[in-house]
Amino acid sequence: MGIFLSLCHQHMLLAWRSGHTTLIVTFLFIAVTLMPFGLGPELALLSRLAPGLLWVVLLMSLLLSLDRMFQADYEDGTLEQLGLLPLPMELIVLAKSLGHFIALFVPLLISVPVAGLLLNIEAAVLPALMLTMLAGAPALTLLGAIGAALALSVRRSAMLTVLLVMPLYIPVLVFGATSSTRAIAMSGQIDWPALGILALMSCAALFMAPLAAAAALRVALR
Amino acid sequence: MVQKQVFFQSVSFVNNLVLRAENLACARGARKVFAQLDFQLKAGGAMAVYGANGSGKTSLLRLIAGFLTPRDGALSLSGDGHEATQCHYLGHTDGLKANLTVAETLSFTARILGHDGAALDLSMLGLTAHQQQMVGDLSAGQKRRLMLARLIIAPRQIWLLDEPLTALDEQGRQLIDQLAQDHLATGGMIVAASHERLGFAGHRLQLNRQNHDMAAV
Amino acid sequence: MFKTVENISAYYANPQRFMRLAGKLHAPVWALALIVLAVGLHMVANVPDDYQQGATVRIMFVHVPAAWMSLFAYSFIFFASVTALIFRHPVGHVAGRAAAPIGAVFTLIALLTGSLWGQPMWGTWWVWDARLTSVLVLFFIYLGYIALWQAIEDYGQAARATAILAIVGSINVPIVKFSVDWWNTLHQPASVSRFARPALHADFLYPLLVMGLGFTLLFFALTLTRMQMEILRQRARARHLANDFEGDE
Repeated sequence: MGIFLSLCHQHMLLAWRSGHTTLIVTFLFIAVTLMPFGLGPELALLSRLAPGLLWVVLLMSLLLSLDRMFQADYEDGTLEQLGLLPLPMELIVLAKSLGHFIALFVPLLISVPVAGLLLNIEAAVLPALMLTMLAGAPALTLLGAIGAALALSVRRSAMLTVLLVMPLYIPVLVFGATSSTRAIAMSGQIDWPALGILALMSCAALFMAPLAAAAALRVALR
Repeated sequence: MVQKQVFFQSVSFVNNLVLRAENLACARGARKVFAQLDFQLKAGGAMAVYGANGSGKTSLLRLIAGFLTPRDGALSLSGDGHEATQCHYLGHTDGLKANLTVAETLSFTARILGHDGAALDLSMLGLTAHQQQMVGDLSAGQKRRLMLARLIIAPRQIWLLDEPLTALDEQGRQLIDQLAQDHLATGGMIVAASHERLGFAGHRLQLNRQNHDMAAV
Repeated sequence: MFKTVENISAYYANPQRFMRLAGKLHAPVWALALIVLAVGLHMVANVPDDYQQGATVRIMFVHVPAAWMSLFAYSFIFFASVTALIFRHPVGHVAGRAAAPIGAVFTLIALLTGSLWGQPMWGTWWVWDARLTSVLVLFFIYLGYIALWQAIEDYGQAARATAILAIVGSINVPIVKFSVDWWNTLHQPASVSRFARPALHADFLYPLLVMGLGFTLLFFALTLTRMQMEILRQRARARHLANDFEGDE
């Protein structure tokens, strides 16, 4: 447990110190700022599209962050040291994913209401929106870990990671964004069935994704 | 000068540990690196592996570490309770983070290796004055010294050292020699790949792809 | 000395038995595929025009089998990957690598013909119909698999990583299908899916089945050829490197 928390803590510390957290949050705001230029500044339209747009922007920010998940450890030899620990690789994946979640996903999540203001989002929708994002977070982070681990031995792997992870993210986006959009129609009420499916996906990812990601990390160590 | 002292406390190594390679072959993709390698190394023994570039020195270390699987033949450990044996691997890459301070690196290393770093005396690494410095600001030799901290923090019976003398000054080389001698004296085992002569190694293995030379120095 | 050279070939020519089998099967499978496809095309040519769709109905005889093959080829890659990863059979890696571009092309054909077929009805080239959308995502899954094979330089690493990806993808495909269907019914409850034909008249059904069989045979013939090529390429590489190995001693 000590090793697990140390790994998690180190991942967060490095994400913060290398300025990665700030960059990703900045990216989210840049992407949101671009929307009115593309769609027109009409507030009613932006307000209607806001939940879906925020979901897509969140996914894109997260996709961009994935190449920092294991890449630095792979390049500087830390992964070899981790491979020699008595801790199973699956738990190392979980520790890193937890660190990634706290250092990158949580700041993104906190930025969502502020970014929502720029899109004239209805305040009543925010709780439902953020709850779906939180329910989908484990799935998003862990599925991302699979893609990041698979593309590890490839130099400049960011684009490849996006291609590998995108199909895995689609079901989460479908349920997350749809239930958030529906929250508008239901005046902010939470769409419990969709939320349940998201939570189910997260649970499934929690059990299966570390197996796949750990197998991919072992391949990268060869 | 490095003082003669034993750095390791309460080490419980397998005293009849034997590392054995039989008809070992290694390949990377379609490229065959070496084949028909046989050797045997006992606890307290150190083997220096020599060979030209591409002769498989690093691959041999990675095979022993378990990162690679043999293409042919077998690599085995035997001895009472050898299943719990762990190894240290110091490779070409240092496993250090530029954005951490020396002190943070040491405490992180200690924690993931499951040992209390605070109780250990790491002054022999010569980094005491640099505790609060960022690792990214250290010189190449100082980074190598910081890497060596792992060997001291957690006692593990097998040391796999890839080019251990790289970037080290005369003092640093003496430090390695001292650490290695003490490790061997407590029943440790070392396999080191190098282009240079290693003073502590009692055996030398010349990798020639097929007709390998194993000899006592 | 001889022993080690034999060991290299034992690894790379472990597919030896496969190559012998492939050598025997190659000509008959190709011949059968071409015959069945010829018969199928002949049957399609003689199908009466649909009372609603006219001649465009003939696109169906390419579209539907191509869509079947897109899923069939992916299942093939999945089983090949499982064989390779769990039973450590190197032919599995070769099979997955060989089948992927063929599956991707079938998927692309399904997408293009779907778009062509739908255009007169929908009045637009693309509609976010549930099936077309699922097939589009499947196409991206193929692209990811192929890209990973190409991107990783070391053959052994690439083979294992792609096998893991194929297995992850095969769990993902039904989830995508389920979620896209759900999403589609939610957004377009009133739209009638063009492809949901309740019952097919026998005039259409038999040509469709023959074309389906023809496409399947074509898939196997192409995959077989690509697998043979891949193994020969690996052997040539291994031999080249083995010569190096002895040469510089």
